[in-house]
Amino acid sequence: MPKRIENVGCPYCGVCCDDLVVTVSDDGKKILEVENACAIGNQIYHHATESERVRLPRLRQPDGTYKEISYDEAIDYAARVLYNAKKPLIYGFGSTNCEGMAAAAKVGEKAGAILDNCASICHGSSLLAIFDNGYPSCTLGEVKNRADVILYWGANPAHAHPRHMSRYSIFPRGFFTGKGHKSRKIIVIDPRYTDTARVADIYLQVKQGYDYDLFNAFRTVARGHEIPEEVAGIKREKILEVVEIMKNARFGTIFYGMGLCHTDGRNHNIDIAISLTRDLNDFTKWTIMAMRGHYNITGPNQVWSWQYGFPYCLDLSKRDIAHMNPGETSSIDLAMRGEIDAFFNVATDAGAHFPIEAVKELRKHPWITIDPNICMASEISDLHIPVGIVGVEVPGIVYRMDNVPVQYRKVIDPPEGVISDEELFERIYQRLCELEAEDAAKERVKTTAEGIPAED
Amino acid sequence: MSELLIKNGFVFDPLQGIRGDRMDIAVKDGRIVETSALQHPETIDASGMTVMAGGIDIHSHVVGPKVNVGRLFRPEDKLFKSPLKRCNRMEMGFSVPSTFKAGYDYARMGYVFVNEAAMPPLHSPHVHEEIRDTPIIDNAAMPVFGNNWFTLEYLKNHEIENNAAYTAWLLRATRGFAIKVVNPGGTEAWGWGLNCENVHDPVPYFEITPAEIIAGLIETNEHLGLPHSVHLHCNNLGNPGNYTDTLDSLKLAEGYTPKNNFGREQVLHATHLQFHSYGGDSWGNFESRAPDVIDYVNSHDNITIDIGQVTLDETTTMTADGPFEHHLRALNNLKWANTDVELETAAGVVPYIYSPKVKVCTIQWAVGLELALLSKDLMRTFVSTDHPNAGPFIRYPRVITWLMSRAARDATMKTFKWLERTIDATSIDGIDRELDLYEIAQMTRAGPAKALGISNTYGGLAPGMDADIAIYALNPENMPENPEEIEKALSRCACLLKDGVVTVRDGEVLTEPPKRTVWVDVKVPENAQVQRDIYEHFLRYYSVNLGNYSLFEEHLFNPRVIEVDTTQ
Amino acid sequence: MANKITLNMITQRSIEEGVAMEKGKTTPEYFEACSIIELHDEDIKALGLVPNQLVRVTSECGSVVVKVVKGRQTLYPGLAFIPQGVWANQIVPPRTQATGEPQYSGFPVTVEPVASGERRKSALELVQGAVGMWRGEQ
Repeated sequence: MPKRIENVGCPYCGVCCDDLVVTVSDDGKKILEVENACAIGNQIYHHATESERVRLPRLRQPDGTYKEISYDEAIDYAARVLYNAKKPLIYGFGSTNCEGMAAAAKVGEKAGAILDNCASICHGSSLLAIFDNGYPSCTLGEVKNRADVILYWGANPAHAHPRHMSRYSIFPRGFFTGKGHKSRKIIVIDPRYTDTARVADIYLQVKQGYDYDLFNAFRTVARGHEIPEEVAGIKREKILEVVEIMKNARFGTIFYGMGLCHTDGRNHNIDIAISLTRDLNDFTKWTIMAMRGHYNITGPNQVWSWQYGFPYCLDLSKRDIAHMNPGETSSIDLAMRGEIDAFFNVATDAGAHFPIEAVKELRKHPWITIDPNICMASEISDLHIPVGIVGVEVPGIVYRMDNVPVQYRKVIDPPEGVISDEELFERIYQRLCELEAEDAAKERVKTTAEGIPAED
Repeated sequence: MSELLIKNGFVFDPLQGIRGDRMDIAVKDGRIVETSALQHPETIDASGMTVMAGGIDIHSHVVGPKVNVGRLFRPEDKLFKSPLKRCNRMEMGFSVPSTFKAGYDYARMGYVFVNEAAMPPLHSPHVHEEIRDTPIIDNAAMPVFGNNWFTLEYLKNHEIENNAAYTAWLLRATRGFAIKVVNPGGTEAWGWGLNCENVHDPVPYFEITPAEIIAGLIETNEHLGLPHSVHLHCNNLGNPGNYTDTLDSLKLAEGYTPKNNFGREQVLHATHLQFHSYGGDSWGNFESRAPDVIDYVNSHDNITIDIGQVTLDETTTMTADGPFEHHLRALNNLKWANTDVELETAAGVVPYIYSPKVKVCTIQWAVGLELALLSKDLMRTFVSTDHPNAGPFIRYPRVITWLMSRAARDATMKTFKWLERTIDATSIDGIDRELDLYEIAQMTRAGPAKALGISNTYGGLAPGMDADIAIYALNPENMPENPEEIEKALSRCACLLKDGVVTVRDGEVLTEPPKRTVWVDVKVPENAQVQRDIYEHFLRYYSVNLGNYSLFEEHLFNPRVIEVDTTQ
Repeated sequence: MANKITLNMITQRSIEEGVAMEKGKTTPEYFEACSIIELHDEDIKALGLVPNQLVRVTSECGSVVVKVVKGRQTLYPGLAFIPQGVWANQIVPPRTQATGEPQYSGFPVTVEPVASGERRKSALELVQGAVGMWRGEQ
């Protein structure tokens, strides 16, 4: 009898749909059917059992080919690379569970590494703005139950978060929003007329790169001042109309995406979006939310904040204290300055998603990929260590884009012998401790920096 | 089998009425035993030192989502000096410490049990993840109920049994400890940007008043017979003139008597009362009304309080009182984070600087101390800073020093810019009382343990209890002249035993014995209506599935369960 | 008709890229989803192109050959789009305005028809080629 597993959480995007129903074959080895998932989520589950999976770590040989090695050998290799590097970078974590992130942090702290996550190239701008201006937000159920005005700005959920609009924002009927879509006004602001814009009541085609100006115009109007006839390609009347709708909302939410983070201005675009939200709270209730990309890219921000007080770009190389300064301790900047002498690509694909110039810099040194799949990073690595797929083969806690923790399940076992990120990092940690002890026995303890005592 | 004998210390254990007698405390296999039960103990010489049970914090925000917002959005909080790495993990942060630092700091002060003050139920997996990463100390966490839609609906119709069944379900779902109430009704109103300003201000749509919520939850709590009482953060926190609202809230407990098997004697714990004891009608004529409030508490023994002492630090305020944080943002114009949580609660976070140069801040400082110093029953009056709202918990030793020493208070008051006005607006200058170590043990161990309903395990030194024992280098027969020496001795205990393991020595953490998660499991009769309501609400209004809401067993770290059976 | 025009480039996610990525970055689906550029009609016309022709796109830090398509999600004249992924990242400037985030959107590129014989490279060829590891089709 095939087994039907309910309440399965989807390991794709920050929407973290937890209503998937997955049917698994009698022997528990094959995924037969996936209900409720979007096209992308579907693909993840089917890919897990239909494709040829890597089952053992693979070590690059002098002739450029890979040779399979044991996990013990791979763990020893990885630990030695960390142990001998001056400034190793452990980066990624968009697609694993929080347990894995916590274990990786233990390794990073022991090794004196830089610890960074995909937010560094995604919503890092949001984090910078939050440091400066705060974050008046809510959970997605609040939006569903209360919101009567929804604004998507520089975000295209129709492509990047396929079920966002149906689960939380535009279409669902909530407690105070019993009429669903009919009870809501939808505004979309984007330089492209996206598939998301197609469902909008009002679409503003902002000139690319001029978001800050447009936000500024919104704030100016909301505060009762004059604005020019046209701002950022948008006519004044249109701006007045939208601000009026926003001020008269009962409960509004601004969802914004990479359109603000990836372009000129970066964090300043987010900063002013937050300021607009603050301003609107003098009239009515408004909230703002970053459309976080991967299903658990919010996770490392949470885990490392409670462990170190910083959500990303952590420099643990000072041994006594953690240090964070994006621009200085961020992956891309470190890579481009040639400061990194070993790279761990974990639960992401920097090979595909970093600008190629950064990839070239990083590849001058040892590169280790920890990921279930064959990807660009794995194909340029010295060592590829496969792990189980979280949400399919490994359970764990993940954080949704609204920082709500969601408990994920496993629906099948990983391929025989394949371990989880958490176990892998725990074993690397143990190996690091052994290396340290071996060196100590030889009285060749690596000298670590003497910190400066704090009080007294 | 490990045996330890703590010899010759001055022992303070209010639960047994021991007032600084010189005696030995025996420990075997993690428990306190009769000295006669030991055969070949290792000894710890405590002569000339003070021996107490490990400290109990009844109200502190140390783990969970809003605490982590405070950490995340305040990188500048890490610019305060962090110590050298001496323990297993780095220690970062000042007003909102990392989980590791929180565990180590509490241990260094001789504390062993910390009750997380507010857990948004939807976020309980997050709370438990942070508990896992908080070393040494045992943790409990209180889910918030005062703005929960189920609670509002049941209590509107006065369905106490249904509310009790739901409460039992939610305690189990979140592995929670007690009923926390924050700005009842006001936080739900904040969903629309509104508030409930007093206990009779009805909640929009739900048509119930804060007074009805508070009374209904007290009834629910006593119906279930939980270890702890309702734990209330009153309406209208932080505003001039709010003491009348506070008295209105406290009066709701009149007529209720505690029903439980845990030795608890109160039906209401009013938390961080300092924030709720203000007179005046503006910041201009802001004044203390602490005497009025504590008078009421003194004459009503079914109430306990913690003080919420302002420590005059730069800190981070965080509370489920969403409208208050929005209000504070408008006052100091600093950054503001807010999270409204569907069907349940909200939370706001704003940095705040309590400056000795600001009149309101120094009056607040006096109010907290007045509450403690005018209290007639320190078994019902507890030390807290509402960490980190009025100041970080690492200032407890300083707070205690203020309570123990008029000279220490005077020295601090000398730094006030508006000293005269502070004296005029409060009664602090007329109070000479200096508390002794027995009274401090009441306020930091015995009292909170009893109020939490855990005094059979924590907070005392009787045989059979956990061997959680703090030793301080303070000689009660020869207390230091300089109050700073008291603070120092309390900050870094000479020795802490946790479950019989020597965990801290001379203020340094030596080892990390396994910590626990303490929660309350209540058995109630089957209730089909409540089950159906839960099913319906999740189907229609929640954004996570019911099947994923309750904490999975694998995410509960080293549990210690307190069982309550109402079906007997 | 110009043989080279300058446009403002943005690179963001598309659902086709998302689906294909989960199938695998070495699959034909990923190749077809990501090795494309979307342009406004006017710009296509200005280059004298018809859809499905190949163009070379060059930024301050790199160059890549992609196929012209007329996107369903319309742009305004002067704005160009390549889906996030291997091809886009051949030309994304790594400058971060001291934030850590590369300039994934809003950078100038030139677009020109390819010289004859030029082809789109596969993802592996691009990435392994960039770091000196490409050993030809296996």
